[in-house]
Amino acid sequence: MNQLLLEYLPILIFLGLAIGLSAVMVTASFIVGPNNPDVEKNSSYECGFEPFDDARMKFDVRFYLVAILFIIFDLEVAFLFPWAISLGDIGVFGFWSMVVFLGILTVGFVYEWRKGALEWE
Amino acid sequence: MNLAADISIAWPEIFVAVTAMLLLIFGVFQGNQSARLISWLTVGVMFIAAVLVLSSHSGRTVAFNDLFVVDAFANFAKVLLLLGAALTLILAMPFNAREGIPQFEFPVLVLFAVLGMMMMVSANDLISLYLGIELQSLSLYVLAAIRRDALRSAEAGLKYFVLGALSSGILLYGMSLVYGFAGSTGFDNLAAVFAAGDHDGAPIGVIVGLVFIIAGLAFKVSAVPFHMWTPDVYEGAPTPITAFFAVAPKIAAMALFVRVMLEPFGDLFEQWQQVIWFISLASMTLGAFAAINQTNIKRLMAYSSIGHMGFVLVGLAAGNETGAQGVLLYLTVYLFMNVGTFACILAMRRQGRMVEDIDQLAGLSRTSPKMALALAIFMFSMAGIPPLAGFFGKYYVFLAAIQAELYTLAVVGLLASVVSAFYYLRIVKLMYFDEPLDAFDQPVGKEISTIVIGTSAVTALFILVLWPVLGSAAIAAATLFAV
Repeated sequence: MNQLLLEYLPILIFLGLAIGLSAVMVTASFIVGPNNPDVEKNSSYECGFEPFDDARMKFDVRFYLVAILFIIFDLEVAFLFPWAISLGDIGVFGFWSMVVFLGILTVGFVYEWRKGALEWE
Repeated sequence: MNLAADISIAWPEIFVAVTAMLLLIFGVFQGNQSARLISWLTVGVMFIAAVLVLSSHSGRTVAFNDLFVVDAFANFAKVLLLLGAALTLILAMPFNAREGIPQFEFPVLVLFAVLGMMMMVSANDLISLYLGIELQSLSLYVLAAIRRDALRSAEAGLKYFVLGALSSGILLYGMSLVYGFAGSTGFDNLAAVFAAGDHDGAPIGVIVGLVFIIAGLAFKVSAVPFHMWTPDVYEGAPTPITAFFAVAPKIAAMALFVRVMLEPFGDLFEQWQQVIWFISLASMTLGAFAAINQTNIKRLMAYSSIGHMGFVLVGLAAGNETGAQGVLLYLTVYLFMNVGTFACILAMRRQGRMVEDIDQLAGLSRTSPKMALALAIFMFSMAGIPPLAGFFGKYYVFLAAIQAELYTLAVVGLLASVVSAFYYLRIVKLMYFDEPLDAFDQPVGKEISTIVIGTSAVTALFILVLWPVLGSAAIAAATLFAV
């Protein structure tokens, strides 16, 4: 049992460091940083919208389009990280699998570019 | 692992995937005026894919770490769905040009949907099954809503998407339960686990998971009680898309359903038989009674397809080789009847506008006798009147039910068939005995007339090709029980 717990020790150390470091950063900026609040600064950050407003407002559909296009490539990165880490184990087959996947994504990228989905106006 | 061997086994799918992407790139550089060319190229790709499927050797082979299986059963279903997709795509071309669906994405999406369906029927693992279903479904959602300015089409797409996502969730939940309790997602491993298990039955978790999987798949084949989306989507989607929905995805989902039930869960037959028994019975009954009051022919076809799926499920409920053979035969017959009927529906135009009311068919025998004859053949065939194609489909599934001693199901099925004959024959009565209205627009176009002639000939003279079809269906069904 102890052996098992010992295996998780690095995670505990990591957790302690993470909590400690973030606590230091938050308190340091709280103590050292200049503090001149106004209404705009205190309101929560939103991308160009009023944070508290009627939910039934007009909303430019292009935000949605950009978000969708972003998510695809965001997810691509989520696939790329484990692939890059384990490249030594998965070998040539793993390498080419990812290249095929990236190729398919590129087809989609060319499509959306030519369609004009990347242009705001 | 031998990559070259794997690729050669999945070659038809890889061919379809690569050409679909090439066509997408070609289309986006050429613009919408290339839609017609891309449509014909897509039909060509489907034809070549069917040839590739047929030329692959017939034994059972697995590839990609047992995720993918090719056997006679998969090949039979693939040829059917490729044929269905190609025919409906040919029907769609004049419709799209006329009704303002200029997008070149249309045929490309159909091709991606077909790729998903080929993946579905070749799935040998719950993960690859899900992958196929999602590729197919996502393409179909977009296709349902492709006429995005039309309220009905957008509504159909949204409804289909929301309910489809729900059913995918149910399916995934069931798969996770099965994985948790049985310890594998591979069909071969699952079959081995259940075969080795004690005969008091599988763990309760597996049974619950199995029921969820059945619910998810029943949604995809629109079996009662998961059918509610069908009439609305069929009515709202553009008519050629409805024809596509009624044929190819149904064939793929049903083939997948049969494989999932008989291969990995074959040893749990006693557990799932009663569920299939119920949804089959409910689909046949609802398909028969709910269609009676319909005035829109596309809604009528939706209830008709619910009923047909009920009949197909009779073959699955039997759970024997005759049943699986009957399922494949029924799907073949269903393909020709439905494509033909929808081709006739596409010809229902007056002064350049589509009409969809059943009453508009009144007196068709006098205004356009050939179309009336073809539609009458399809209606008699759907009602199951010998010697037309529909009779043989029904005959073999009921034969399987009798062999499996499912007498109640067979009797209720026959009664449902009699009830549904009422609304099929009402269309024949309208066409032949009522006062004619104005004639439909002439000419209907050579694509539609060729397909109507071809499918009505197959439907009427099916007895001539019955033995070869039955023979290959028997070989295909046997592969499911050989494992």
